[in-house]
Amino acid sequence: MMGHVVLRITIKILFAPITLFALYVQFHGDYGPGGGFQAGVIFAVAFIMHALGFGIDKTKQALPPKVLPAIMVSGVLLYALTGVWSMFYGGNFLDYDLIQPDSHHHAGQHIGIILVEFGVGLAVASTMLTVFYHFAGREPEIADEDW
Amino acid sequence: MEYHTEPTQIVVLNLAILTLLLVTAITMVRVRRLFAVVMLSGIYSLLSALFFVSLDAVDVAFTEAAVGAGISTVLMLSGMLLTARREKPVVPGHRPLALFVCVITGGVLIWASTDMPAFGDPEAPANAYVGKLFIERTPSDVEVPNLVTAVLASYRGFDTLGEVLVIFTAGVGVMLLLGSGSIRGGRKRQDIPPQVEPAADQKASLDGGKKTASPQDGGAS
Repeated sequence: MMGHVVLRITIKILFAPITLFALYVQFHGDYGPGGGFQAGVIFAVAFIMHALGFGIDKTKQALPPKVLPAIMVSGVLLYALTGVWSMFYGGNFLDYDLIQPDSHHHAGQHIGIILVEFGVGLAVASTMLTVFYHFAGREPEIADEDW
Repeated sequence: MEYHTEPTQIVVLNLAILTLLLVTAITMVRVRRLFAVVMLSGIYSLLSALFFVSLDAVDVAFTEAAVGAGISTVLMLSGMLLTARREKPVVPGHRPLALFVCVITGGVLIWASTDMPAFGDPEAPANAYVGKLFIERTPSDVEVPNLVTAVLASYRGFDTLGEVLVIFTAGVGVMLLLGSGSIRGGRKRQDIPPQVEPAADQKASLDGGKKTASPQDGGAS
Protein backbone atom coordinates (compact mmCIF):
# COMPACT_ATOMS: atom_id res chain seq x y z
CA MET A 1 0.00 0.00 0.00
CA MET A 2 2.01 2.92 -1.27
CA GLY A 3 -0.90 5.33 -1.46
CA HIS A 4 -1.65 8.19 0.91
CA VAL A 5 1.84 9.64 0.60
CA VAL A 6 0.67 13.14 1.45
CA LEU A 7 -1.27 11.79 4.41
CA ARG A 8 1.70 9.84 5.73
CA ILE A 9 4.14 12.70 5.38
CA THR A 10 1.66 14.99 7.15
CA ILE A 11 1.28 12.49 9.96
CA LYS A 12 5.05 12.17 10.27
CA ILE A 13 5.42 15.94 10.49
CA LEU A 14 2.55 16.37 12.92
CA PHE A 15 3.30 13.51 15.28
CA ALA A 16 5.93 15.23 17.40
CA PRO A 17 4.09 18.59 17.72
CA ILE A 18 0.91 16.79 18.76
CA THR A 19 2.74 14.86 21.46
CA LEU A 20 4.44 18.04 22.62
CA PHE A 21 1.11 19.83 22.70
CA ALA A 22 -0.31 17.01 24.81
CA LEU A 23 2.50 17.46 27.31
CA TYR A 24 1.89 21.21 27.33
CA VAL A 25 -1.82 20.72 27.97
CA GLN A 26 -0.98 18.18 30.65
CA PHE A 27 1.41 20.26 32.69
CA HIS A 28 -0.03 23.66 31.96
CA GLY A 29 -3.50 22.65 33.07
CA ASP A 30 -3.51 24.78 36.21
CA TYR A 31 -2.63 27.92 34.22
CA GLY A 32 -4.66 27.56 31.05
CA PRO A 33 -7.44 25.45 29.69
CA GLY A 34 -6.73 21.78 29.69
CA GLY A 35 -5.67 19.10 32.09
CA GLY A 36 -5.21 15.38 32.29
CA PHE A 37 -8.33 14.36 30.40
CA GLN A 38 -7.65 16.54 27.37
CA ALA A 39 -3.93 15.79 27.38
CA GLY A 40 -4.52 12.07 27.55
CA VAL A 41 -6.86 12.20 24.60
CA ILE A 42 -4.48 14.35 22.54
CA PHE A 43 -1.62 12.00 23.32
CA ALA A 44 -3.72 9.03 22.23
CA VAL A 45 -4.76 10.86 19.07
CA ALA A 46 -1.13 11.12 17.95
CA PHE A 47 -0.78 7.34 18.04
CA ILE A 48 -4.22 6.75 16.52
CA MET A 49 -3.28 9.03 13.64
CA HIS A 50 -0.10 7.04 13.19
CA ALA A 51 -2.14 3.85 13.10
CA LEU A 52 -4.53 5.29 10.53
CA GLY A 53 -1.71 6.30 8.23
CA PHE A 54 0.79 3.48 8.62
CA GLY A 55 -1.39 0.56 9.65
CA ILE A 56 -1.98 -0.62 13.17
CA ASP A 57 0.83 -3.18 13.14
CA LYS A 58 3.45 -0.46 12.79
CA THR A 59 1.91 1.41 15.70
CA LYS A 60 1.88 -1.74 17.79
CA GLN A 61 5.60 -2.09 17.15
CA ALA A 62 6.15 1.48 18.30
CA LEU A 63 3.90 1.20 21.34
CA PRO A 64 3.25 -2.43 22.30
CA PRO A 65 -0.29 -3.11 23.54
CA LYS A 66 1.16 -5.13 26.42
CA VAL A 67 2.36 -2.03 28.26
CA LEU A 68 -1.01 -0.26 28.10
CA PRO A 69 -2.80 -2.08 30.96
CA ALA A 70 0.19 -1.36 33.18
CA ILE A 71 0.00 2.35 32.34
CA MET A 72 -3.76 2.33 32.93
CA VAL A 73 -3.34 0.83 36.38
CA SER A 74 -0.41 3.08 37.29
CA GLY A 75 -2.40 6.17 36.31
CA VAL A 76 -5.30 5.27 38.56
CA LEU A 77 -2.89 4.25 41.32
CA LEU A 78 -0.95 7.51 41.04
CA TYR A 79 -4.19 9.39 41.60
CA ALA A 80 -5.34 7.26 44.50
CA LEU A 81 -1.93 7.10 46.16
CA THR A 82 -1.61 10.88 46.04
CA GLY A 83 -4.76 10.90 48.12
CA VAL A 84 -3.35 8.29 50.47
CA TRP A 85 -0.10 10.28 50.73
CA SER A 86 -1.89 13.17 52.38
CA MET A 87 -3.50 10.69 54.76
CA PHE A 88 -0.03 9.75 56.01
CA TYR A 89 0.33 13.30 57.30
CA GLY A 90 -2.86 12.93 59.25
CA GLY A 91 -5.16 14.72 56.83
CA ASN A 92 -8.13 13.67 54.78
CA PHE A 93 -7.97 11.76 51.52
CA LEU A 94 -6.67 14.12 48.75
CA ASP A 95 -5.97 16.91 51.24
CA TYR A 96 -3.05 18.32 49.26
CA ASP A 97 -2.17 21.12 51.63
CA LEU A 98 -0.52 18.66 54.00
CA ILE A 99 2.02 17.58 51.38
CA GLN A 100 3.82 20.92 51.85
CA PRO A 101 2.34 22.32 55.05
CA ASP A 102 4.80 25.21 55.56
CA SER A 103 4.30 26.82 52.17
CA HIS A 104 2.61 30.20 51.99
CA HIS A 105 1.78 29.76 48.34
CA HIS A 106 0.00 26.46 48.63
CA ALA A 107 2.78 24.47 47.02
CA GLY A 108 1.10 21.35 48.33
CA GLN A 109 -1.98 22.12 46.26
CA HIS A 110 0.16 22.59 43.15
CA ILE A 111 2.08 19.36 43.72
CA GLY A 112 -1.09 17.45 44.41
CA ILE A 113 -2.88 18.82 41.36
CA ILE A 114 0.07 18.11 39.07
CA LEU A 115 0.39 14.53 40.34
CA VAL A 116 -3.32 13.86 40.17
CA GLU A 117 -3.64 15.33 36.68
CA PHE A 118 -0.68 13.27 35.53
CA GLY A 119 -2.44 10.18 36.82
CA VAL A 120 -5.55 11.19 34.90
CA GLY A 121 -3.52 11.76 31.75
CA LEU A 122 -1.81 8.37 31.96
CA ALA A 123 -5.07 6.55 32.59
CA VAL A 124 -6.99 8.36 29.85
CA ALA A 125 -4.29 8.04 27.19
CA SER A 126 -3.72 4.35 27.79
CA THR A 127 -7.43 3.58 28.03
CA MET A 128 -8.19 5.38 24.78
CA LEU A 129 -5.36 3.54 23.04
CA THR A 130 -6.50 0.23 24.51
CA VAL A 131 -10.02 0.78 23.24
CA PHE A 132 -8.68 1.80 19.84
CA TYR A 133 -6.31 -1.18 19.61
CA HIS A 134 -9.10 -3.56 20.49
CA PHE A 135 -11.52 -2.10 17.97
CA ALA A 136 -9.07 -1.58 15.15
CA GLY A 137 -7.07 -4.72 15.88
CA ARG A 138 -9.94 -6.86 14.71
CA GLU A 139 -9.53 -5.70 11.13
CA PRO A 140 -6.05 -6.21 9.64
CA GLU A 141 -5.92 -2.73 8.18
CA ILE A 142 -8.21 -0.20 6.66
CA ALA A 143 -8.78 -1.11 3.03
CA ASP A 144 -8.14 1.49 0.37
CA GLU A 145 -11.74 1.79 -0.72
CA ASP A 146 -12.89 2.49 2.82
CA TRP A 147 -11.16 5.85 3.00
CA MET B 1 -10.08 40.47 29.73
CA GLU B 2 -10.09 43.63 27.65
CA TYR B 3 -11.90 42.80 24.50
CA HIS B 4 -15.03 44.29 23.15
CA THR B 5 -17.43 42.58 20.84
CA GLU B 6 -20.75 43.98 19.85
CA PRO B 7 -23.60 42.01 21.43
CA THR B 8 -25.35 41.69 18.09
CA GLN B 9 -22.27 40.02 16.64
CA ILE B 10 -22.34 37.43 19.40
CA VAL B 11 -26.03 36.82 18.82
CA VAL B 12 -25.47 36.39 15.10
CA LEU B 13 -22.56 34.02 15.73
CA ASN B 14 -24.56 31.96 18.21
CA LEU B 15 -27.51 31.78 15.86
CA ALA B 16 -25.25 30.68 13.01
CA ILE B 17 -23.64 27.94 15.10
CA LEU B 18 -26.97 26.73 16.44
CA THR B 19 -28.48 26.67 12.95
CA LEU B 20 -25.54 24.65 11.68
CA LEU B 21 -25.97 22.27 14.64
CA LEU B 22 -29.61 21.79 13.77
CA VAL B 23 -28.85 21.24 10.09
CA THR B 24 -26.14 18.71 10.96
CA ALA B 25 -28.46 16.83 13.30
CA ILE B 26 -31.25 16.64 10.74
CA THR B 27 -28.82 15.49 8.06
CA MET B 28 -27.49 12.81 10.39
CA VAL B 29 -30.99 11.47 10.87
CA ARG B 30 -31.69 11.38 7.16
CA VAL B 31 -28.42 10.04 5.76
CA ARG B 32 -28.18 6.26 5.45
CA ARG B 33 -24.47 5.85 4.72
CA LEU B 34 -22.78 5.20 8.06
CA PHE B 35 -19.50 6.81 6.98
CA ALA B 36 -21.31 10.09 6.35
CA VAL B 37 -23.10 9.76 9.69
CA VAL B 38 -19.82 9.30 11.55
CA MET B 39 -18.26 12.28 9.80
CA LEU B 40 -21.33 14.39 10.53
CA SER B 41 -21.20 13.45 14.19
CA GLY B 42 -17.61 14.69 14.22
CA ILE B 43 -18.75 17.94 12.65
CA TYR B 44 -21.51 18.15 15.23
CA SER B 45 -18.97 17.85 18.05
CA LEU B 46 -16.75 20.47 16.48
CA LEU B 47 -19.69 22.86 16.16
CA SER B 48 -20.69 22.30 19.77
CA ALA B 49 -17.09 22.96 20.77
CA LEU B 50 -17.34 26.29 18.94
CA PHE B 51 -20.56 26.98 20.77
CA PHE B 52 -18.92 26.22 24.13
CA VAL B 53 -16.14 28.66 23.27
CA SER B 54 -18.73 31.34 22.63
CA LEU B 55 -20.18 30.53 26.06
CA ASP B 56 -16.68 31.04 27.57
CA ALA B 57 -16.44 27.40 28.61
CA VAL B 58 -12.99 26.82 27.12
CA ASP B 59 -12.19 23.66 29.06
CA VAL B 60 -15.43 22.00 28.03
CA ALA B 61 -14.87 23.07 24.43
CA PHE B 62 -11.39 21.61 24.53
CA THR B 63 -12.68 18.29 25.79
CA GLU B 64 -15.51 18.24 23.30
CA ALA B 65 -13.16 18.92 20.39
CA ALA B 66 -10.66 16.30 21.50
CA VAL B 67 -13.03 13.57 22.64
CA GLY B 68 -16.13 14.20 20.54
CA ALA B 69 -14.58 15.22 17.27
CA GLY B 70 -11.34 13.27 17.60
CA ILE B 71 -11.51 10.02 19.51
CA SER B 72 -15.21 9.21 19.11
CA THR B 73 -15.06 9.68 15.37
CA VAL B 74 -12.10 7.34 15.06
CA LEU B 75 -13.68 4.77 17.36
CA MET B 76 -16.94 4.94 15.43
CA LEU B 77 -15.01 4.52 12.18
CA SER B 78 -13.12 1.51 13.46
CA GLY B 79 -16.37 0.11 14.81
CA MET B 80 -18.03 0.77 11.48
CA LEU B 81 -15.32 -1.23 9.70
CA LEU B 82 -16.57 -4.27 11.61
CA THR B 83 -20.16 -3.91 10.45
CA ALA B 84 -21.99 -2.95 7.30
CA ARG B 85 -21.38 0.37 5.57
CA ARG B 86 -25.04 1.24 5.32
CA GLU B 87 -27.89 1.43 7.72
CA LYS B 88 -30.71 -1.02 7.16
CA PRO B 89 -33.47 0.64 5.12
CA VAL B 90 -36.33 1.68 7.33
CA VAL B 91 -39.88 0.82 6.53
CA PRO B 92 -41.52 4.06 5.44
CA GLY B 93 -44.70 5.09 7.16
CA HIS B 94 -46.02 7.34 9.88
CA ARG B 95 -46.10 6.38 13.52
CA PRO B 96 -48.65 8.56 15.27
CA LEU B 97 -47.71 7.39 18.76
CA ALA B 98 -44.01 8.27 18.30
CA LEU B 99 -44.93 11.64 16.82
CA PHE B 100 -47.26 12.29 19.75
CA VAL B 101 -44.56 11.43 22.33
CA CYS B 102 -41.96 13.57 20.54
CA VAL B 103 -44.25 16.58 20.23
CA ILE B 104 -45.34 16.36 23.86
CA THR B 105 -41.78 15.96 25.17
CA GLY B 106 -40.46 18.75 22.98
CA GLY B 107 -43.33 21.03 24.02
CA VAL B 108 -42.71 20.35 27.70
CA LEU B 109 -38.99 21.04 27.28
CA ILE B 110 -39.60 24.32 25.48
CA TRP B 111 -42.18 25.29 28.10
CA ALA B 112 -39.68 24.50 30.88
CA SER B 113 -36.97 26.54 29.18
CA THR B 114 -39.04 29.70 29.58
CA ASP B 115 -38.58 29.35 33.34
CA MET B 116 -34.80 29.06 33.15
CA PRO B 117 -32.61 31.87 34.49
CA ALA B 118 -30.99 34.14 31.93
CA PHE B 119 -27.58 33.11 30.63
CA GLY B 120 -24.81 34.31 32.94
CA ASP B 121 -27.23 35.33 35.67
CA PRO B 122 -25.13 35.45 38.88
CA GLU B 123 -28.19 34.64 40.96
CA ALA B 124 -28.99 31.49 39.01
CA PRO B 125 -28.96 28.37 41.21
CA ALA B 126 -26.01 26.94 39.29
CA ASN B 127 -23.88 29.99 40.07
CA ALA B 128 -25.23 31.15 43.39
CA TYR B 129 -24.27 28.83 46.21
CA VAL B 130 -21.25 26.58 45.91
CA GLY B 131 -20.13 28.10 42.61
CA LYS B 132 -19.77 31.52 44.16
CA LEU B 133 -17.87 29.99 47.04
CA PHE B 134 -15.40 28.35 44.68
CA ILE B 135 -14.84 31.62 42.83
CA GLU B 136 -14.32 33.52 46.06
CA ARG B 137 -12.06 31.03 47.76
CA THR B 138 -9.88 29.60 44.99
CA PRO B 139 -7.37 32.50 45.01
CA SER B 140 -6.73 32.01 48.72
CA ASP B 141 -7.29 28.25 49.03
CA VAL B 142 -5.60 26.76 46.00
CA GLU B 143 -3.89 29.68 44.23
CA VAL B 144 -4.25 28.10 40.83
CA PRO B 145 -5.14 30.53 38.03
CA ASN B 146 -7.43 28.12 36.21
CA LEU B 147 -10.55 27.85 38.31
CA VAL B 148 -11.74 24.79 36.44
CA THR B 149 -8.62 22.85 37.37
CA ALA B 150 -8.90 23.97 40.99
CA VAL B 151 -12.48 22.72 41.20
CA LEU B 152 -11.81 19.56 39.24
CA ALA B 153 -8.60 18.40 40.88
CA SER B 154 -8.75 19.92 44.32
CA TYR B 155 -12.22 20.78 45.58
CA ARG B 156 -13.81 17.88 43.77
CA GLY B 157 -10.81 15.59 43.65
CA PHE B 158 -12.81 12.65 44.87
CA ASP B 159 -15.33 13.08 42.04
CA THR B 160 -12.51 13.15 39.54
CA LEU B 161 -11.06 9.97 40.98
CA GLY B 162 -14.46 8.45 40.29
CA GLU B 163 -14.33 9.72 36.71
CA VAL B 164 -10.91 8.20 36.18
CA LEU B 165 -12.20 4.93 37.56
CA VAL B 166 -15.12 5.09 35.12
CA ILE B 167 -12.69 5.47 32.22
CA PHE B 168 -10.53 2.71 33.61
CA THR B 169 -13.56 0.45 33.92
CA ALA B 170 -14.52 1.23 30.33
CA GLY B 171 -11.06 0.18 29.17
CA VAL B 172 -11.20 -3.02 31.20
CA GLY B 173 -14.69 -3.71 29.86
CA VAL B 174 -13.55 -3.34 26.27
CA MET B 175 -10.60 -5.62 26.97
CA LEU B 176 -12.83 -8.27 28.48
CA LEU B 177 -15.54 -8.05 25.83
CA LEU B 178 -13.42 -7.86 22.70
CA GLY B 179 -10.73 -10.14 24.11
CA SER B 180 -7.05 -9.49 24.01
CA GLY B 181 -6.13 -12.76 22.30
CA SER B 182 -5.56 -11.11 18.96
CA ILE B 183 -3.66 -8.24 20.57
CA ARG B 184 -1.08 -10.42 22.28
CA GLY B 185 -0.23 -12.22 19.10
CA GLY B 186 -2.49 -15.16 19.82
CA ARG B 187 -4.90 -16.74 17.40
CA LYS B 188 -7.06 -14.27 15.54
CA ARG B 189 -10.72 -15.11 15.86
CA GLN B 190 -13.13 -14.64 13.02
CA ASP B 191 -16.41 -14.54 14.86
CA ILE B 192 -17.83 -11.76 12.75
CA PRO B 193 -20.01 -12.83 9.83
CA PRO B 194 -18.76 -11.80 6.37
CA GLN B 195 -19.75 -8.49 4.86
CA VAL B 196 -23.15 -7.98 3.31
CA GLU B 197 -21.98 -6.50 0.04
CA PRO B 198 -20.98 -9.20 -2.42
CA ALA B 199 -17.78 -7.51 -3.63
CA ALA B 200 -16.51 -6.89 -0.12
CA ASP B 201 -17.60 -10.39 0.84
CA GLN B 202 -15.20 -12.08 -1.56
CA LYS B 203 -12.36 -9.79 -0.58
CA ALA B 204 -12.94 -10.27 3.13
CA SER B 205 -13.02 -14.03 2.85
CA LEU B 206 -9.83 -13.96 0.77
CA ASP B 207 -8.09 -11.77 3.33
CA GLY B 208 -9.40 -13.87 6.16
CA GLY B 209 -8.11 -17.02 4.53
CA LYS B 210 -4.68 -15.49 4.07
CA LYS B 211 -4.58 -14.19 7.63
CA THR B 212 -5.54 -17.46 9.26
CA ALA B 213 -3.18 -19.43 7.06
CA SER B 214 -0.03 -17.40 7.60
CA PRO B 215 0.59 -18.01 11.34
CA GLN B 216 0.21 -21.75 10.87
CA ASP B 217 2.71 -21.63 8.02
CA GLY B 218 5.12 -19.71 10.21
CA GLY B 219 4.70 -22.22 13.00
CA ALA B 220 5.27 -25.19 10.68
CA SER B 221 8.45 -23.80 9.14
